[in-house]
Amino acid sequence: MKDASEGYMTADGRQIGAVIMEMKNITLRFGGVQAIKNASFDIREGEIRAIIGPNGAGKSSMLNVINGFYHPQEGEVWFHGKKRPSMPPSEIARQGIARTFQNIALFHGMTTVENVMTGRQLMMKRNFFWQLLRVGPALDEETEHRRKCEEIIDFLEIQAIRKTPVGSLPYGLQKRVELARALAMEPKLLLLDEPMAGMNVEEKEDMSRFILDVNDQYGTTIALIEHDMSVVMDLADRVVVLDYGKMLADGTPDEVQKNQAVIDAYLGVEN
Amino acid sequence: MGSFIYSVLGDPFVQMFQMPDFLMQVVWEGFVSGILYALIALGFVLIFKASGIFNFAQGIMVVFSGLTLVGLHELGVPAFLALFITLAVMYVLAFSVEKLVLRNLVNQPDIILFMATIGLTNILIGLGQWIFGGETKSMITEQLWLPTGSSVWEPGGGLVIFQHIDIAAAVIAALLIVCLALFFSKTKVGRALRAVADDHQASLSVGISLNHIWVITWFAAGIVALVAGIMWGARSDVSFSLQIIALKALPVLVLGGFTSVPGAIVGGLIIGIGEKLFEIYWGPLFGSGVEGWFAYVIALIFLLFRPQGLFGEKIIERV
Repeated sequence: MKDASEGYMTADGRQIGAVIMEMKNITLRFGGVQAIKNASFDIREGEIRAIIGPNGAGKSSMLNVINGFYHPQEGEVWFHGKKRPSMPPSEIARQGIARTFQNIALFHGMTTVENVMTGRQLMMKRNFFWQLLRVGPALDEETEHRRKCEEIIDFLEIQAIRKTPVGSLPYGLQKRVELARALAMEPKLLLLDEPMAGMNVEEKEDMSRFILDVNDQYGTTIALIEHDMSVVMDLADRVVVLDYGKMLADGTPDEVQKNQAVIDAYLGVEN
Repeated sequence: MGSFIYSVLGDPFVQMFQMPDFLMQVVWEGFVSGILYALIALGFVLIFKASGIFNFAQGIMVVFSGLTLVGLHELGVPAFLALFITLAVMYVLAFSVEKLVLRNLVNQPDIILFMATIGLTNILIGLGQWIFGGETKSMITEQLWLPTGSSVWEPGGGLVIFQHIDIAAAVIAALLIVCLALFFSKTKVGRALRAVADDHQASLSVGISLNHIWVITWFAAGIVALVAGIMWGARSDVSFSLQIIALKALPVLVLGGFTSVPGAIVGGLIIGIGEKLFEIYWGPLFGSGVEGWFAYVIALIFLLFRPQGLFGEKIIERV
């Protein structure tokens, strides 16, 4: 089913499209340490793709390769059918790849709305002279972007904290603001680095629901890293398993769960 | 002993009370130098916020921009064209610093970047002396339509003199600060600047190019330096010794906090006014030259009791 070039249908009836991103034989080294060894997988349009593995498996490194923080020594990244040359992460963001961070990277001095507005940064075309004057087209543009941001803020149910400086918000809400900022970019591919890390059960359930809703309503392709196996199995359409930088398995949650190498890596076996 | 206590705690205040016009004069003079300190400190804060670099070259940027302006005029370039060209030169400087220095030193420890700015200081000193010569020049005040002369105000038989150039300096500095504040809060680029000041990785992830922002901040710091250079040059003259005065921005920053724009302004005013008052009323107790060290003593006291400054962020580190 993975080989079908035009996509596949999920069990719950969502149509998954063609491959939009392909990682080909990625190897990433830090000095003598190999963080990722010859890993290859693809991401299809509209799917929720999970990357899982024990600590130090290279999951975050993989996300950093996708969004350009790291440049792999070997291998190729293909996006929208073209090989992507090495470029700075800000350029990659321009191509429609948004992300969140494991340790929350928000702009602490700004309010929720301002944080989300930074996600529209790239789409604002008027130069600062017009923005300072606040007239005509510049004002229309600002209003239009603001409207879109408010829509996302409603969607993620964070209206109550619109004007609150994000530094003072509790952890779970900060994670949601970060997701809102990424969504404001209207990304083609959304990368989530442990979106549920450090949350309690209730917050985890909320976040899972938001991730599913984002995928469902906006049709956003999502690649996420997660520790919690049960969460991943509920959310993801396909799962890549990494261990010590090597790929152990790639398939549906069911396939992966039955894979002996994966079970060994998670439970630990003595060789 | 009693007379010493009186000369510290009594006499100065009696003098202030008896000659309020003179007190006003002292405060005004302090206020104007305070504004110029604030302008120089502002240049430091802009760069420190955006890139975490303490730009040792800010002082020489003030001198260099002033020299370029006056030097061009000496070569026969009309004053306002010279002003425009100087702005262009400051842009080229910002652009080159980013291309040749920051881009290559990104992710290096802060001390390395600090050393790089010391290197930049020496390059600018050399460049300035080579192109424009090392001698003192006077600012082209009238050619830039800046006022000269003075007005006298006589409140109740007293006498306060306001130099017109000082009034102009205060007004222009205030305008510049308002423009910068609007730019930071109302525009997309301003928002990007604040984003970069907060978090580099997050900025990159929403598509803000750090390199682009660095050019803009260094250029903004260059404009602030040029304004400070013109104003200071008009009050005294343009020479390399200005660079030492620019170091007064250090105590201002300690007072106001390295990351705070309002802090730079308030800190500048406190240092400027405080130093003048102290010099005039308490100076005789210490001999002359109080103005040279007063600011640093204040900074030292602040470092002991409030190291983050009046407005700076308190840095809590996890251990």
